[in-house]
Amino acid sequence: MSDISTPSSMDSLSMGEPRSYSWLILKKFSRHRLAALGLFVITILVASAILVDVISPYDPLRINMRWRLQPPSVAHPFGTDDLGRDQLARSMLGGRVSLSVGMLAMAVSLIVGVSIGSVAGYFGGIIDNVLMRFTDIMFMFPPIVMAMIFVTIVGQTLTALAFVIGIVSWMGLARLVRASFLSLKEEEYVLAARAIGVGNARIMLRHILPNALGTIIVAATLGITRAILLESGLSYLGLGIQVPLPSWGSMLYLAQGQLTTATWLSIVPGLLIFASVLSINFVGDGLRDAFDPRTTL
Amino acid sequence: MQKYIIRRLIQAVPLLFGVTVVAFLIVQAIPGGALGAYGVESGASGDDLARLEEQLGLNKPLHEQYFTWMGRFVLGDWGRTLITRQPVDRLIGEAFSRTILLISASVIIGLSLGVAFGVISAVRRYSALDMLVTTVSFVGLSVPVFWSGLVLILIFSVRLNWLPGGGMFTPGQPYSLLDRLEHMILPVAALSFPIAGEYTRYVRSSLLDTLGQDYVLTAFSKGLRFRTVLVRHALRNSLIPLVTILALQLPWMVSGLVVTESIFTWPGMGRLLWTAALQHDYPMMMAITVLVAVAVLSFNLLADIVYALLDPRIAYE
Repeated sequence: MSDISTPSSMDSLSMGEPRSYSWLILKKFSRHRLAALGLFVITILVASAILVDVISPYDPLRINMRWRLQPPSVAHPFGTDDLGRDQLARSMLGGRVSLSVGMLAMAVSLIVGVSIGSVAGYFGGIIDNVLMRFTDIMFMFPPIVMAMIFVTIVGQTLTALAFVIGIVSWMGLARLVRASFLSLKEEEYVLAARAIGVGNARIMLRHILPNALGTIIVAATLGITRAILLESGLSYLGLGIQVPLPSWGSMLYLAQGQLTTATWLSIVPGLLIFASVLSINFVGDGLRDAFDPRTTL
Repeated sequence: MQKYIIRRLIQAVPLLFGVTVVAFLIVQAIPGGALGAYGVESGASGDDLARLEEQLGLNKPLHEQYFTWMGRFVLGDWGRTLITRQPVDRLIGEAFSRTILLISASVIIGLSLGVAFGVISAVRRYSALDMLVTTVSFVGLSVPVFWSGLVLILIFSVRLNWLPGGGMFTPGQPYSLLDRLEHMILPVAALSFPIAGEYTRYVRSSLLDTLGQDYVLTAFSKGLRFRTVLVRHALRNSLIPLVTILALQLPWMVSGLVVTESIFTWPGMGRLLWTAALQHDYPMMMAITVLVAVAVLSFNLLADIVYALLDPRIAYE
């Protein structure tokens, strides 16, 4: 595609200019058009979630009964809800809630899943057996069922929801990390590290984990979409984020009363969940290809 | 083979035990503990509570309590719902078959569509059709079921008035198959879309892998027709792992099920669980949790056995 006869690229070809692994991954990733598009959409959604107080002329929580149930217009591009709140501002704030629950939940399930999976895979034997049987057992409980029970116990705040969602969805990640630790620990560089007296913790963190990072990043990216869908599902069912704070799911929950009269209230939040999940899925797909050694530049 | 099946069944026993122990520990975590789980409201005096604890055996050590709880559960004594005081086992018994009806219809349709589109997509790799199918399958994976359900209701029920937007039958009319089918179309469509999306992607990549195998090349070089190689050699082998994937997806499918049943007011277990969660009705929630976990466990076991039956490469020893 690019002009390979230019001196600079000739140089890099002939002299084998050293390129870092992360440069290669980035280069491969940027070739994936849908992934780039996904990253673009996600960036916009995240930016508007962060900047809602700065860029929105309306307060997303302010009730104004004179402006209730306005269809989309220039002043209110997404219309207003039954309490006269601007839906655009609420969608941005809702995005802040939904996306942060998704990422926080992923962080929780990363911590649990990577710890359990790496210890099980690295040490093997009875430790592996105990941890993996525990994982098998937890795997039998569908995430939404456990989440519904835990939410009634710990409450429906943002952090509680993120914690609950993380706690019910680490099992797949643990299995994945265990599998890659199981094969990576047989590598010669691990043997070499052990021979010069490197401790177990350091081998796991510095020698094995970086090599398993590709798998983990891809799984975590796709895990965020499940967390977002689970949060919005719970909120839609009235078991998630509580009023007055909006999340995309709880906006849909509140819109049900006006399903036939104010269609825009149901369409927009759903589209936003859909757009963010689709974009993250594209990014995950692009990352999968980028980390796959069989993909060539 | 028989030995393998027996060994798998024996291996499932400790797993089943573990599942019930975890469920029991969750019971302990809920407000009111096992008392709450059996639907005993507080508000009784301290003396009464003490007597009740004595009666229900809550002053006994934890492991004894577990066996009492488990014994009752196995015998079908699942307590009563908190508000309506109906026996939990009867309500679940009614809802169970309705949920099975909904989910099996959705899995069958989602799976068939997924296989069909996956095959088309793999055979015509990198064509415009492949791009279209791949994009639609991404949409299926990403669209939240409760939202696609709402949109379906808005279009087909509210605007066009073609199909009922909820329930399982028209009230006041005698049972008819047509009426039941009409009520099933929208929820099954909403629920099978993500399933179809998942399998399209899976079948596509699995079939592409298989088509690159040596034995497929051999079959082609023998001069067999493309269709024969595709169906008899490649497809047969690439569809076997679907059984396992289905079992692994099952826990996540339950989310879609709960949401679908609540949108379309389908009177199944998902809806029971939802109303129970809103009312903090722990006896109902616990019974459903244990049942669902046992169902997932059995399905995984079944998938393992079916896989071994289908794939002669699995060693049974």
